[in-house]
Amino acid sequence: MSARLDALPLASADTWGASLRMLFARVGAMCLVELQKMRRDKAELLFRCVQPALWLLVFGVTFTKIKAIPTGDVPYLDYLTPGVIAQSALFISIFYGIQIIWDRDAGILAKLMVTPTPRAALVTGKAFAAGMRALSQVVVVMVLSALLGVTLTHNPLRLLGVVAAVLLGSAFFCCLSIIIAGLVLSRDRMMGIGQAIMMPLFFASNALYPVALMPGWLQAINHANPLSYQVEALRGLLIGSPARLWLDFGVLIASAAVAIGVASALLNRLAK
Amino acid sequence: MTAAVSVRGLRYAFGDTVAVDGIDLDVEPGEIFGLLGPNGAGKTTTIRAITTLLPVPRDTVSVFGIDVRRRRIAVRRLIGYVPQMLSADGALTGRENVSLFARLYDVPRRERSARVDEAIAAMGLTEAAERPAGTYSGGMVRRLELAQALVSSPQLLVLDEPTIGLDPVARAGVWERIAQVRRETGMTVLVTTHYMDEAEQSCDRVALMHRGHVRAVGTPAELIASLDAAGPANLDDVFRVYAGDDWHEETKGLGNVRQTRRTAARLG
Repeated sequence: MSARLDALPLASADTWGASLRMLFARVGAMCLVELQKMRRDKAELLFRCVQPALWLLVFGVTFTKIKAIPTGDVPYLDYLTPGVIAQSALFISIFYGIQIIWDRDAGILAKLMVTPTPRAALVTGKAFAAGMRALSQVVVVMVLSALLGVTLTHNPLRLLGVVAAVLLGSAFFCCLSIIIAGLVLSRDRMMGIGQAIMMPLFFASNALYPVALMPGWLQAINHANPLSYQVEALRGLLIGSPARLWLDFGVLIASAAVAIGVASALLNRLAK
Repeated sequence: MTAAVSVRGLRYAFGDTVAVDGIDLDVEPGEIFGLLGPNGAGKTTTIRAITTLLPVPRDTVSVFGIDVRRRRIAVRRLIGYVPQMLSADGALTGRENVSLFARLYDVPRRERSARVDEAIAAMGLTEAAERPAGTYSGGMVRRLELAQALVSSPQLLVLDEPTIGLDPVARAGVWERIAQVRRETGMTVLVTTHYMDEAEQSCDRVALMHRGHVRAVGTPAELIASLDAAGPANLDDVFRVYAGDDWHEETKGLGNVRQTRRTAARLG
């Protein structure tokens, strides 16, 4: 090791190009860690499939039969599938704040924060790592829905769009969770708040029913809820429903960027 | 010669509790420097200021001449850090834990694998490298953390209470590895401990901290000799002289209370 004492460059990321390279390298490192953990924890992957499976098999199949929710020409199960994908990603990401507090308590966060990694890169890495975990759910939901007769797109470009929508949505909700963690600083409180906001976010979106069916006040909340834009994008890409993809992706990118910024600013509070 | 670590008038308070109260310190390149003192003395706060974890005013702390406020990322590239808690990720293998830090420190891809192997071997963990760190003993986790800190070949290794909570054999093993690394690389080591016997045996120089102040600095031999004691003396005796008889009283600051609660919650 002695010969390498001076091997590392002292220069920090002084240019935009170097900063971007560093950001991608850090995000890659964090995503790799998440994949390594997922590979070892197959039981968790299996248990996480239960909830989306119930939504599709019980809720979806039943409501398709009783035709209680008007979705035009689109069968309700087809309509619901993108919503269940978004819901699975939300449920995974919204509890990442608990993991950050755990990392803080275990000293892992302090160790990461002493590496030459800007706070924003650390948070972005965590955010996209949440997306990696959410993508495993996407595969499960798509296989299940295919078995139930839902016709989803096979277009590789559209599927790439699905991956992007899931990653961006997960990044936003993961950062929202880190922001809450940075404010409450306790795992128990974080767990309570996570539970408290998860279902309202889900029900105040277009995941289960069309926006037109909502009362006015709920429609207003729906328009401010990034989950709705994620669902609309997924629905447009997967089943070809009318979607404003530019707006949807614009909102998802902007909300993820703002959330990454705020979460990065609060990371120091967690490290104290 | 530029000091490895230079601290000038560092003061840090958590609310109304002053953790560090205007301390000055110089750590010379290549030495093992011990920051000693009871819980609440301000050791960990000092370490966290040096490692960029706490915001400090400009020109109060520098590492190899680089100001920690102005050029945080550059300072972090020089530092390998082992925190007080056993902090390896139990869900990852030993190798994956070390590889992560090789990536985060931008160890070039073509060298990465060899460097990871080298760091793991230096800490005597080659056989356990493919096992999840969650199956390691406390001493092994500490050595794994040393491997994580060393994989980037830092110029300054910062260890916060590296032997706390370990059994005597594991403690001896950790110090052996630290001494070996210093011998082979000439790396500067800054270590905090409240075990005076370990500091006496392993540190080139020590600073005695108490209630946020540095009470004395010197080699263990110099400090013991300065006592002019009639019989055999040690660093414990030195500390009693400088800090008074209350040093065993736990003058725990907010940080310790918070940390103890977190650890209790984590361990259930």
